[in-house]
Amino acid sequence: MAIKARHKRFVLIGIGLALVGLAAMLILNAFQSNMVFFYTPTQVEKGEVPKGTSFRIGGLVVPGSLKRGDDGLTVRFAITDTSKTVPVIYKGVLPDLFKEGKGVVAQGKVGDNGVFTASEVLAKHDENYMPPEAAEALKRAQAQSKTLIMPK
Amino acid sequence: MIPEIGHFSLILALLVALALGIFPIIGAARGNAVWMGLARPLARTQFLLIAVAFVCLAYAFATMDYSVTYVATNSNSKLPIQFRIAAVWGGHEGSLLLWAMILSVWTVAVSLFSKHLPDDMRARILGVMGLISVGFLLFMLMVSNPFERLIPAALDGRDLNPLLQDPGMIFHPPMLYMGYVGFSVAFAFAIAALLGGQLDAAWARWSRPWTTMAWVFLTLGIMAGSNWAYYELGWGGWWFWDAVENASFMPWLVGTALIHSLAVTEKRGSFKAWTVLLAICAFSLSLLGTFLVRSGVLTSVHAFATDPRRGLFILVFLVVVIGGSLALFAWRAPTVGRGGKFDVVSRESFLLANNVLLAVAAFSVLLGTLYPLFLDALGLGKISVGPPYFDTVFAPLMTPALFLMGIGPIARWKKSSLPEIAMRLRWAFGVSVATAMILPVLLGHWTPMIGLGLFLAFWIFASSAHLVYQRLRGSDQPIITRVKAIPRAWWGMVIAHLGIAVFTLGVTIVKGFESEIAVRMLPGEVAHLAGYDFTFKGVEEIQGPNYTASRGQLLVTKNGVERTILSSEKRLYTVQNMPMTEAGISPALIHDLYASLGEPLEDGAWSVRIYYKPMVEWIWAGCAMMALGGLLALSDRRYRMRKRLAKEGALKANEALA
Repeated sequence: MAIKARHKRFVLIGIGLALVGLAAMLILNAFQSNMVFFYTPTQVEKGEVPKGTSFRIGGLVVPGSLKRGDDGLTVRFAITDTSKTVPVIYKGVLPDLFKEGKGVVAQGKVGDNGVFTASEVLAKHDENYMPPEAAEALKRAQAQSKTLIMPK
Repeated sequence: MIPEIGHFSLILALLVALALGIFPIIGAARGNAVWMGLARPLARTQFLLIAVAFVCLAYAFATMDYSVTYVATNSNSKLPIQFRIAAVWGGHEGSLLLWAMILSVWTVAVSLFSKHLPDDMRARILGVMGLISVGFLLFMLMVSNPFERLIPAALDGRDLNPLLQDPGMIFHPPMLYMGYVGFSVAFAFAIAALLGGQLDAAWARWSRPWTTMAWVFLTLGIMAGSNWAYYELGWGGWWFWDAVENASFMPWLVGTALIHSLAVTEKRGSFKAWTVLLAICAFSLSLLGTFLVRSGVLTSVHAFATDPRRGLFILVFLVVVIGGSLALFAWRAPTVGRGGKFDVVSRESFLLANNVLLAVAAFSVLLGTLYPLFLDALGLGKISVGPPYFDTVFAPLMTPALFLMGIGPIARWKKSSLPEIAMRLRWAFGVSVATAMILPVLLGHWTPMIGLGLFLAFWIFASSAHLVYQRLRGSDQPIITRVKAIPRAWWGMVIAHLGIAVFTLGVTIVKGFESEIAVRMLPGEVAHLAGYDFTFKGVEEIQGPNYTASRGQLLVTKNGVERTILSSEKRLYTVQNMPMTEAGISPALIHDLYASLGEPLEDGAWSVRIYYKPMVEWIWAGCAMMALGGLLALSDRRYRMRKRLAKEGALKANEALA
């Protein structure tokens, strides 16, 4: 009887561990498949981004590039890291702090025509604050070509 | 002058906190009653000193003293007075002061309501809280002094971030911090118990009300924050799995596990080591959350580079507190001993399973929040994991947790029988399955997720109803007497669980049936959503105290009958030249109508977003019910009984003297 109780306990601990292991697998798997990577316009231009995957792109909105469609909701603009520029199309209302010449981060996919279709446009809530991804893109581009001056 | 008084007061508070952290603990180890007796007066002195500092900073804000750097960066002469005061905790330095202030409030509360504790236990608890206070005060005085002077003084302040200029700013941070810091009491109880080696049922009984109290505050704080995000951000979302939100959610998950495992430790003496570990984790996550949000590390891990001393201090402090307490745990926990045995099928097992699920959920949030930061800090690239990750993880983890919530309270302690539970819950199961299958079809469409959500919500409703019925039946007394005969703590549990069901119902319905449109509207144009007609009445310019705004109004009609007017503003806060959207919301029990003004387009047209949010208010109503359940449990007779007994004891002593 005593052996049986102990036996039962081991089986239980085994099942418990298996379930926790299963949960860990689920979490890591979900993590893996929902990771969104960040690329700079230069990397996008070079074709370093795997086709068909969603990613984030950051940089500055090119001044004068913002165009509205006839419906008033589809917008086109371009994101630059001062070295390379990527055209973006987005349908929806832009965040409050979206401005030409300011930092921006967009999430979406790049099509065969090289146009980035954004599902989400982020601009954080501070006039002087640059989204970290946008700042990173500018920094990398600047490191590559020292001749360009980073816009303020 | 006043800021210097505040600064000096903080320095004195640090000295007092040091004394509080040293003498009572050593006194408890040596059995020195005088040193132990120092704990209470020191705790009160510390509170007074920090309160003076806090009032000084608030005074500097109220009188617009822009010779103080912190005031100059977080306030402005045009800022209305209530926000000038709330701006005290609008930035890094001030929120640390609020933290220290609230910690001293909890410390005083423990010193006041701990007469029934053994002297050495009380001395150790207050001592541990003093040590935590030392860390915070030292941090403030060394690298984040809110009283630092600005020379020459600024002519005017840089203004509080417009996003924070909202009534939510007045309540949300103090509530949240009451919760975060409240877990320091549970933590101090756990450390004191480990130091003293007395981890018994009495320890759990003393620790329980404090933990529940902290949990209630944290629940309310998160609720207020979620509601604030809903109406302030203008996207109609109520939870974004943003790192800042996650920082408050992790301690909540672990805290929820903790209040349940404390119940087992008190009632059955089991799970002792696990309870202590949870108490340590809950507070560690609170600390981590405070620093994640307040150190700037989320904005950029390189924020540390601008002031490496801050980052270093935070890391060292976290390592000392978390590492130290875990080391103490590893050293002392084996001496704790095992609690009462229990069978595989028993209430203990179900609670253990729920605990593990909550802990795993907290871990998954931790992974999603910290891993991107680690990668970035190590220069391995930038990644982000958004809502899809958390949604994928949470559904499978919370489904069994919510299902077990229906079974746990029905199961017996120690040994229960599955067939008997199945027998008793067969009606509840049938009702919830039927609801899950039929209700969505009546509402318009059925998806597996809607079905699952409704099943879980109604499963908790139905099993709770069964539980209450079972407890009340079989007596001739009037129903009121029977209700009153049951301890309030039990009713607290039922209401908190029903709160989870209400919350789940709200989330399921809003996720399953919400709809939105984004349209370009000319004045007089009509948009249609969810059976309502929204007529755009145009935009007028208005002038606020420190902003200018365009206010757009939408007349809402249904079948030609006027229902409400939604008025949304596009504000421009002039000091920081920062635009902000103020959503127009018509809240109701059945559904919210929500509109926010987009951008001005040509010819006086505006882009407008309109949302239909069915039962979204139930989400916060559910949170409020959870908090209410906690409060009810706190008002339980056994906590008041002790006070009455103490009073009677004192009376008798007086009589004896007379």
